[in-house]
Amino acid sequence: MSKSTTKTKTGWFQLMKPYFEDMKHTMYLWRRNKLAIVGSIIIAAFLLVAIFAPLLTPYQPDVQNLSNKLLPPSSEHPFGTDQFGRDIMCRIVYGSRIAIQIVLIVTIISGLIGVSVGVTAGYFGGIVDEILMRITDMFLAFPRLVLAMAFAAMLGPNLTNMIIAISLVNWTPYARISRAESLRVKGQPYIESIRSMGASNFRIMFSHVLPMTISPILVQLTLRMGTIIITAAGLGFLGLGAQPPSPEWGVMVSDGRSYLIDQWWVSTFPGLAIAIVVLGFNLLGDGIRDMMDPRLRR
Amino acid sequence: MNIWTYILKRLLLMVLVLFGVACIVFFISHVIPADPVSAMLGGNAPDEVIKRVEAQLGYDKPLIVQFYNFITGAVVGNFGLSLRTNNPVMQDINNYFPATLELTIFAIIISTVLGISLGVLSAVHRNKIVDHFSRVFSIVGVSMPVFWTGLLLLLLFYYRLGWLPAAGRLDFFTIPPDRITGMYLLDSLLTGNWEVFKDALRHILLPAFCLGFLATASIARTTRASMLDTLKQEYITTAKAKGLKKNIVINRHALRNSLIPTVTIIGLTFGSLLEGAVLTETVFSWPGLGRYITQGLLFLDYNSVMGGTLYIAFVYSIANLVVDILYAVLDPRMRT
Repeated sequence: MSKSTTKTKTGWFQLMKPYFEDMKHTMYLWRRNKLAIVGSIIIAAFLLVAIFAPLLTPYQPDVQNLSNKLLPPSSEHPFGTDQFGRDIMCRIVYGSRIAIQIVLIVTIISGLIGVSVGVTAGYFGGIVDEILMRITDMFLAFPRLVLAMAFAAMLGPNLTNMIIAISLVNWTPYARISRAESLRVKGQPYIESIRSMGASNFRIMFSHVLPMTISPILVQLTLRMGTIIITAAGLGFLGLGAQPPSPEWGVMVSDGRSYLIDQWWVSTFPGLAIAIVVLGFNLLGDGIRDMMDPRLRR
Repeated sequence: MNIWTYILKRLLLMVLVLFGVACIVFFISHVIPADPVSAMLGGNAPDEVIKRVEAQLGYDKPLIVQFYNFITGAVVGNFGLSLRTNNPVMQDINNYFPATLELTIFAIIISTVLGISLGVLSAVHRNKIVDHFSRVFSIVGVSMPVFWTGLLLLLLFYYRLGWLPAAGRLDFFTIPPDRITGMYLLDSLLTGNWEVFKDALRHILLPAFCLGFLATASIARTTRASMLDTLKQEYITTAKAKGLKKNIVINRHALRNSLIPTVTIIGLTFGSLLEGAVLTETVFSWPGLGRYITQGLLFLDYNSVMGGTLYIAFVYSIANLVVDILYAVLDPRMRT
């Protein structure tokens, strides 16, 4: 009994060994890249702050206290208070939850749209490919923010519609990448052998082509997370995203504009939060790209 | 493929894409909003007012007729009247777009000079302090939201130091130069109006730097990578072996060859700058097309939104076309 267990264990270990070696190599590259480590730490901190938000601050993000309005940073309010006497640090901490929500939902929706369009176009080729790629070109013909602004304004500016708007303009790069990958994969002999066994197009696409496109798509998804946060904050700043009582960071920066002269802290700290988190995503994304692409590794 | 055939093919493709762009714009402004006119007029407008405005805007006609009118209007640049300014939308675009163009061009100049210098310094002093500094500087640059950078610049240079003005293209009492291109810097230069030129320059510095900072990173990074490639070539070793000065080797021999990828990146950057211009213009109250569209969206001024968005997409496509053609001229392998 015990003999057979060890046997299957070693068998399993032998089977997975290349993956472990690969993982070890990746970890080695990660450790060598100081900026990527900094990025990982920032993102980990960002996630922890969002998860433990209520434990980090004694205040509530939307309870007004007008007797405390526009207080400068102090030990009681490390980042000061805003025009309604709300603690800015508390609002930033809760705002991280909104930011995560935006990033995750946009990434999932736009990733799904992009991959479906790309894999379909690449796999079927011909006229389907032509039509889908021309549609992608049409979306690429707009500056992304302008198109997102138009979608958000016409759907009615609020958090949900902003997420829909960003997802609708954000899928194009994923479509292009997954199309290129499927084009590469579909000519290979194993696809032909699966087809000769009678598998349907849908089955081949879903379980044999799609998995091959996942890895470059994942890299691209991480690379673009910072951009999503910046776009969302920009829409919030313009008044076309989340609306004022919400502690969304772009909205908070916009709130502080009228108090810039004497109460600089009102818009400076939320902006700093955006910059740091986006920096984290950019460093991490760059790091991942460097690990994947040996050409850039120097 | 012959270069002219390539250009013709790209132009045809662009016409097709622009038609699709017009469809998207029409979809956004006519199909998504359930009841545009009452949204525009507020909840309790009387029925006859709603009817009248609907008829005035053509919203009472069937969608397909509205679409036909929109497309035929767009082809000749007629987008109707703006509800907010009461001018024809095309006339507004004519007034606002030069401001955006001026800002974007100035920003491109700033980011090109800054980006190429940083990139070359990085490549020459690879893995030294300068290299680390410029890489961190550029990644921080892309991470800062433009509108926030703008506010910080305002806080420092306007409120605290008082060196530069905060809003608009000219001081309140300065009379704009005679209109030739609509770009104040160029116009005042052409008419030899130095006072206005100085004033316009003071006004454009902050927004252009704010916008240019955004694009510096990608230019610096591309220059660094292609410069590193070039510096490894044998002819560079030969040049060094001949005993040429380091500066001459770098500036005359290496830089020229390594600039080809940079040219492409600068062209592509134009698009991201148009995007950033929307936010920069809002922060610095710069009367450009981006701000015009933003205000149109907030006021639900449909005609100006459709016209402005379509126009921006048009400019953006032209910019991409120019980049592609330049690339095809430089590198014949791209002509497929």
